[in-house]
Amino acid sequence: MEVEQTVLPGIGLRHEFTTRSGRRIGVVSHRTGRRDLVIYDPDDPDRACETVKLNDEEADALVELLGAPRIVQRLNAMHREVEGLVSLQVVITPGSRYDGRPMGDAQVRTRTGASIVAVVRAGRVFASPAPDFVLTGDDIVVVVGGEESTTAVADIFASG
Amino acid sequence: MHNTAILFLEFGAVVLGLGILGALALRVGISPIPLYLLAGLAFGTGGILPLGTSEDFIATGAELGVILLLLTLGLEYNADELVTSLKGNARAGLVDLLLNAAPGAILALLLGWGPVAAVAMAGVTYATSSGITAKVLSDLGWIGNRETPVVLSLLVFEDLTMAVYLPVLTAMLAGLSLVAGAVTVAIALAAVSVVLLVALRFGRYIEAFVASPNSEVLVLKVVGLALLVAGLAQQLQVSAAVGAFLVGIALSGELAEDAHALLAPLRDLFAAVFFVFFGLQTDPTKILPAAGLAAGLALVTMITKLMTGIYAARRAGIARAGRVRAGIALIPRGEFNIVIAGLAVAAGAHPDLGALAAAYVLILAAFGPLAARLVQPLLTKIAARTA
Repeated sequence: MEVEQTVLPGIGLRHEFTTRSGRRIGVVSHRTGRRDLVIYDPDDPDRACETVKLNDEEADALVELLGAPRIVQRLNAMHREVEGLVSLQVVITPGSRYDGRPMGDAQVRTRTGASIVAVVRAGRVFASPAPDFVLTGDDIVVVVGGEESTTAVADIFASG
Repeated sequence: MHNTAILFLEFGAVVLGLGILGALALRVGISPIPLYLLAGLAFGTGGILPLGTSEDFIATGAELGVILLLLTLGLEYNADELVTSLKGNARAGLVDLLLNAAPGAILALLLGWGPVAAVAMAGVTYATSSGITAKVLSDLGWIGNRETPVVLSLLVFEDLTMAVYLPVLTAMLAGLSLVAGAVTVAIALAAVSVVLLVALRFGRYIEAFVASPNSEVLVLKVVGLALLVAGLAQQLQVSAAVGAFLVGIALSGELAEDAHALLAPLRDLFAAVFFVFFGLQTDPTKILPAAGLAAGLALVTMITKLMTGIYAARRAGIARAGRVRAGIALIPRGEFNIVIAGLAVAAGAHPDLGALAAAYVLILAAFGPLAARLVQPLLTKIAARTA
């Protein structure tokens, strides 16, 4: 996949590429910080048939939505490569024992040998969270380890 | 004291009137420039409501308007972009120059207005209005389109050509001898090259001098610098407008963006005054006789701009529909063309030149954006039929 960069004098920069299915999409980065997500017309490949204006916050949100599942995907790919290594996503039930407590309190690594590699909260990924990272309800904790140890982690978060 | 009261009354009425016209233009979705010109015609000698005392004040305001127009235009570009655009698009830029300067020049010669008027008319038909075109591109959602960089590079090329053209025109209008004229043009060329070089190499020093976290200080420094350089350029017969443009180019980055945002309202006010002033100077009774000629010239130069856009976009590998859009986007004429005609009129070129230029810009500033609006549904229909 090749991303093409074009200077737009007086406006900013445009990046674009063609997807495998033949659709062309791009991003116009205005100097003012505004970004436009641009989707090109399949019948008229030079025309932007959809232009969505995004401010900083919206662009960040889009990046995370597109990026978050990718991390889980990569983890899954990784554990396929290393036999015996399993990654598991554990949901913290609201009101359960670790809702509102620092992650370190669960002592996951000491008790099971598995590692928490990321916490996904409302679509945002917190990679390699520190022990003082405070968990809240509906967080998804991504655990990597052996079959037994990851199951043990799920039990810890489920019951305490 | 009494005079001040009348001055404020007249100037206030004019500016308020422009505001109402601007609101109207916004609602209809056209550029306000033709309406401002019409307002100027109405207020001028022989118009419906001739102004008494405020004309001198408006004349100075108009000069400031030109300086601010060119300064903010320069602020939009940085030296790097100019150099890359020049390298990549010199050929399309030259085609643009030849195709679109020729109709104006030829018409002036056919009318027997002489070589100086021919050079002025060449400029009137050559320059696309970067202001109107930029607005069309963003209003119609064409900024993301793949042909848009082609259009923008052509506009950059035209603006740079202006930096050379305006001093040549100024020298010719001043009736300088060949030697004196050549010296002026040489000075202008040297100034343009030096500014580009300084901006590329030492831009950060100028920025360090001008930069200020305080918007008040920034406005004063930028406007002061622009006026100073404009005055110096005018003194050297190089054209004040070019001086302001060069100051704009020398400033870049975040500083240029801040300055641009701060100066935009000031420019809008004085640029509107400038268009009114041009209308004031034009005899409204001469507009109608010039209309037929202006319409013919408009038609010819619409076609030449369309050809320019199609040629440039084809070179950039754009498909058929995109080529037509590039051509259509280049049609509007506006501020630059009036600036050029204004210089010629002030220097006492042929008396009908002002009326012809006003009628010409009235047509293309109004029709250009309209054509762009109409072309897309048409292109979609054609694409649907062939698919």
